[in-house]
Amino acid sequence: MMQFMLLFSRQGKLRLQKWYVPLSDKEKKKITRELVQTVLARKPKMCSFLEWRDLKIVYKRYASLYFCCAIEDQDNELITLEIIHRYVELLDKYFGSVCELDIIFNFEKAYFILDEFLLGGEAQETSKKNVLKAIEQADLLQEDPAVLEVKMFKIHLPGLSIFILNDKSALQANG
Amino acid sequence: MSDVVEKTLTALPSLLSLDSQPGAGKLSITSKLGSLIKNITELTSKHEESKLIKKELSTIKEQISSPHTTLRQMKEIMVRMIYCEMLGYDTSFGYIHAIKLAQQGSLLEKRVGYLAVSLFLNENHELLLLLVNTVLKDLQSTNLVEVCMALTIASQIFPKDMIPAVLPLVEEKLQHSKEIIRRKAVLALYKFYLIAPNQVQHIHDKFRKALCDRDPGVMISSLQIYQQMIKDCPDGYKDLTGSFVAILKQVVGGKLPVDFNYHSVPAPWLQIQLLRILALLGKDDQSASELMYDVLDESLRRAEINHNITYAILFECVKTVYTIHPKSDLLQKAAKCIGKFVLSHKINLKYLGLKALTYVVQQDPNLALQHQMTIIQCLDHPDPIIKRETLELLYRITNGQNVTVIVEKMLAFLWQSKDEYTTIDLVGKVAELAEKYAPDNEWFVKTMNTVFSLGGDVMQPDIPNNFLRLLAEGFENEIEDKQLRLFAVESYLSLLDKENCNFPQRFLQVISWVLGEYSYLKTDTHPEIVAERLQKLLDQSTISQETKSWIMAAITKLASDSVCSSTVTEIAEKHSVCLDTVQRQHAFEMKALLDDRELMKQILPKDASCEDIEVDISLSFLDEFVANALDRGAAPYKPPHQRQQELSQAKALNFEPYGLSLPISASSYSIAGRQSPTGLSLSSGLSGNSAEMTQKKGSNSLKLEGVKKVWGKEGYLPQSETAQEVNHPSASCPDVEATTMEKLVENASVQSDLLPVALNVKDQEKQQLASSLFVGIGSHDTLSLMGKSENNAQRFRKRSKLKEYSKETERLSRDEFSLQSPPQNLLDNANFSESSENLNGLGTLFTSKFSKKADSTTLDCDKMSKQEMLTVPTKGSSLLFTSDDMVVVKPSHSPAEISFLPSSNQYFSLPAELSQQAHSEVVQLAYNDFLSLSACKIYQKDCLLLVVFITSYSSTPITHIELCFPQSKLKVFNSAAHHFHSLEAKSTVNCQSCLLMEEPCAQLDLVGNLTYHLESEEISELEFSLTLTLLDFVRPLIISTDDYGKLWLSFANDVKQNLNLLSNAKDPLTATLNVLKDNLCLHIVDIIGKESIIACQLLPSIPCLMHCRVHSGMLAVWLRSPSPDFIDCLLYHCQRILQEK
Repeated sequence: MMQFMLLFSRQGKLRLQKWYVPLSDKEKKKITRELVQTVLARKPKMCSFLEWRDLKIVYKRYASLYFCCAIEDQDNELITLEIIHRYVELLDKYFGSVCELDIIFNFEKAYFILDEFLLGGEAQETSKKNVLKAIEQADLLQEDPAVLEVKMFKIHLPGLSIFILNDKSALQANG
Repeated sequence: MSDVVEKTLTALPSLLSLDSQPGAGKLSITSKLGSLIKNITELTSKHEESKLIKKELSTIKEQISSPHTTLRQMKEIMVRMIYCEMLGYDTSFGYIHAIKLAQQGSLLEKRVGYLAVSLFLNENHELLLLLVNTVLKDLQSTNLVEVCMALTIASQIFPKDMIPAVLPLVEEKLQHSKEIIRRKAVLALYKFYLIAPNQVQHIHDKFRKALCDRDPGVMISSLQIYQQMIKDCPDGYKDLTGSFVAILKQVVGGKLPVDFNYHSVPAPWLQIQLLRILALLGKDDQSASELMYDVLDESLRRAEINHNITYAILFECVKTVYTIHPKSDLLQKAAKCIGKFVLSHKINLKYLGLKALTYVVQQDPNLALQHQMTIIQCLDHPDPIIKRETLELLYRITNGQNVTVIVEKMLAFLWQSKDEYTTIDLVGKVAELAEKYAPDNEWFVKTMNTVFSLGGDVMQPDIPNNFLRLLAEGFENEIEDKQLRLFAVESYLSLLDKENCNFPQRFLQVISWVLGEYSYLKTDTHPEIVAERLQKLLDQSTISQETKSWIMAAITKLASDSVCSSTVTEIAEKHSVCLDTVQRQHAFEMKALLDDRELMKQILPKDASCEDIEVDISLSFLDEFVANALDRGAAPYKPPHQRQQELSQAKALNFEPYGLSLPISASSYSIAGRQSPTGLSLSSGLSGNSAEMTQKKGSNSLKLEGVKKVWGKEGYLPQSETAQEVNHPSASCPDVEATTMEKLVENASVQSDLLPVALNVKDQEKQQLASSLFVGIGSHDTLSLMGKSENNAQRFRKRSKLKEYSKETERLSRDEFSLQSPPQNLLDNANFSESSENLNGLGTLFTSKFSKKADSTTLDCDKMSKQEMLTVPTKGSSLLFTSDDMVVVKPSHSPAEISFLPSSNQYFSLPAELSQQAHSEVVQLAYNDFLSLSACKIYQKDCLLLVVFITSYSSTPITHIELCFPQSKLKVFNSAAHHFHSLEAKSTVNCQSCLLMEEPCAQLDLVGNLTYHLESEEISELEFSLTLTLLDFVRPLIISTDDYGKLWLSFANDVKQNLNLLSNAKDPLTATLNVLKDNLCLHIVDIIGKESIIACQLLPSIPCLMHCRVHSGMLAVWLRSPSPDFIDCLLYHCQRILQEK
């Protein structure tokens, strides 16, 4: 079972956090701080897996964002990497060429998508189509003004927002 | 590329504020969140950020409590709060509003409310209770989206106690027409199963339905529950093996809709889950494994596309193949797969390949040989994670021939590693390898020195303990033992020679013990010199109090060896005015001993750390003192639990002033306190304690509350003025990691010979390394590697035995008060179990002593006292447990379980007094050609008495029979081990043990083993286990209705649950209650109309009260008890029994 998922930027700023195990705020902060440090210190060609305390950490960098998951000993590291990738694909499809700005300004949307994809630390629905269908249903087909704004923003400033998914240069050697 | 992102972010604020920019005007991010984010990006320092957020939060606080805030605004505020919380600021003031929003909002607002709740609260948060009603309401909603939201939150966080409230509604959703609802309902039930398995016990058949659901999505979700259930109890689901295999076959064959494909691989998540389930089912089960071989073969074959996802499946497949009952053909293919991983140029795959190798190398060491060059390369890999995994692999293939090289590699890694977790782990492994395979004494001591200095104070405490034990106990060879000890002494002396040596505390403790114990072996050094070295240590400010105690003990021992020593006297003088009480006590003891050389020789014998210490457990030398005290009117001794109870009873509300009694008792205690260090009874730590205890008793009306004041007021404060400045500040360094590193650096010079030689990259050298690393691995000694621990010739043979003791050692080692140095105490292993029991039994023994004198209560009464207070006096136990009642009560053993001996249908005769009591059938536990073990449970009123019969089939006597119950969750009285000197041919003996549950649990296995000697002098072992259920430990609680009422109010934990009612009987309530009573040993206190009250207790004295009511065809049960676990387990058995009926 996945224990938690963190999204943070290259500068170490937390963008999203989802905890699947009950921990106190103090512990969460400590873990986040330590992990962000550890992961950021690793070099690009290094292995995507870490052993950290009694957990296994699986992380991957997409453009400026790090996606970082903690799993238990018996879990499969490679499939966790694919979970991260599927999540990025979902974000990409929902926001339309997702970039870090989307996640900064619409993090609650990113949470909704995550909850529809992973529930209680396990993959709930792995079909891209079904996840997005569920989200759209809940959105009630109302285009949220905030999403629209970032979309417009991207149209007008194409050079400055990097599309996470298609930024091949950022993918690690293992991608 | 990343520079561009930074540019984006730095450009962001200006872009957002620039209205003049064409286009940007349209996208004015006017929302408050937008401007908050914008403002934050503009800031440069953390301090400014915190100021801004604090301001923001106070605005939010104001708005949130204003009645004019609309729900729409509230939603927006919630999002801002989530953002602030993510930045690390406390927003707990708004949690309640998140719940409110989920409750009151329309869909979009509700969704944010639920999200906020799931992010803010965890499942132990008390506010979560307020959410239950909202979830209930939404579950009943006709709007699908609302139902989805309710199910989503329920599968994320839900209060455990409130599960029964929503369970029926969630169950109902399993039949819903929409796939998504069914899927989420299954996942909610999965969550419930995880947090409270007993609550969903009754809906297992519904899980099966979900498994057969027409929609694959629902089926996939149900697998999660199955995986968990199979993990908990693999035997219960073997019948499903075929179904899981069939599903996997279909998936691999591409029979699922394309929707489930991921990068054109069919449903990889599902495949992996199924493979994991198959591994659980096929483990140690040949017939189940045989069903899987085909599909596993196919999985290995199909996965050929070069994509991460296929490797993920392959990896899981390999794991499964190696877990289930082996098939050589499959193993070969799996091994080939591992090769693919190891040789891959992708670093992730290489890592997993090493991991897989580590996993399988114990079964097949040849695999490591095949890849030896790759392994050598990985040892030099720039990524520490790869290096670490390689070391793990090497650790598994260590043997006597390659140990030096491998340990060297591990230590080299440790020198560089900064991670505490890694250090603890690796240090333990090095110590283990060193003990097992050390080639010679010198290497062993040096390696252990490095371990101690590297491991510092973070390593497992059993490492130094085991090391000392090894030194003390020695091996077969007396001369070699001496050499080892001498070498240790010499190396420590040279270590202490260095100026400013900064060793970890644990290392210093080891050093001081060894020097104290074995310095005499080094004849060319005068003890005086050793004592001086130790004294120097004592004066260092970085030494902790505990270490000081060890050093003082070592010095005392040295003093007993030498004729007279000015250093020792000096130390004793200096520390007898020390501010630290422990140290002062040591100093006083030392002084007293120096005055009495005879006594000193007697209690500090040379090289006797392994000798048994004779302890007068009955403390007969105090009899007179006790008698005198009692004559003078002292109250007899009461054990702590009884005192506690009386205290809590008296506590109810005491309006009496404490008044005058306090100062009197206080002063009498202070006298006692001063006397004790002067050495009234120095012969052992035990008697020291006892003296204190009796003195406590002696002073007429001692109240423990008074103690503190005395110590503060007159005890030490005046003395502290005269004391020289010897009060070293407590030296436990907070920054362990930093100091350890420092120490390491300094230590480096000493240990330089252990430091790894810089690795050369030349191929030749690598070849050489390979040959030294992989020496001794190969087909010829596969066997020895498979067994690893057992079959290898171990240098230090005691290792396995030591582990058992280590826990107890730890406990004892804290007992640092005794004059004999701590290790002497802990190394007293020969008599170990006995002596530890003596410690435990001490309290009880006191009781019997006192009560005999005082002629008041008996030991038995004492034990039962708690019970008696709850029960209405009865005429002895016979009324409680009439024997025939109890035999009927326990029919739960199926006939198959009661298999009597195959050869002789022998009758086991219970001792007469026992056969009268309620007991179970005699069950055979284990047998072999020589012996058979059977057992019978006797349900005594205060414990479960287990009578074990040992029957010999052998034609010759069997000797040295020892029966013991090692670790378990049970409390075993009457000694955990039984010993018989010999057992005549063809005869039977029995031994009895009283059992009690430590903690309530539904069922547990009592594991034990029997060791014995046959003629051949070999030690043989027979293991056995016996399943005990909670019901073996439950007894009726006889109680009146009035007392029931009082008790009911005093218990904190309660649980409500609906149970099935036996509806086909005439009077369903009485019928159901009778079934429960007969099976569970309950006492029905009263039946009034449709309600009934019942009481029972878990031995020794955890009561549980039940209140039952017939309600709409169900039996609504309300349970209360001081122990929530007991309620859970009891409910589980109630459900089970009623379901069986």
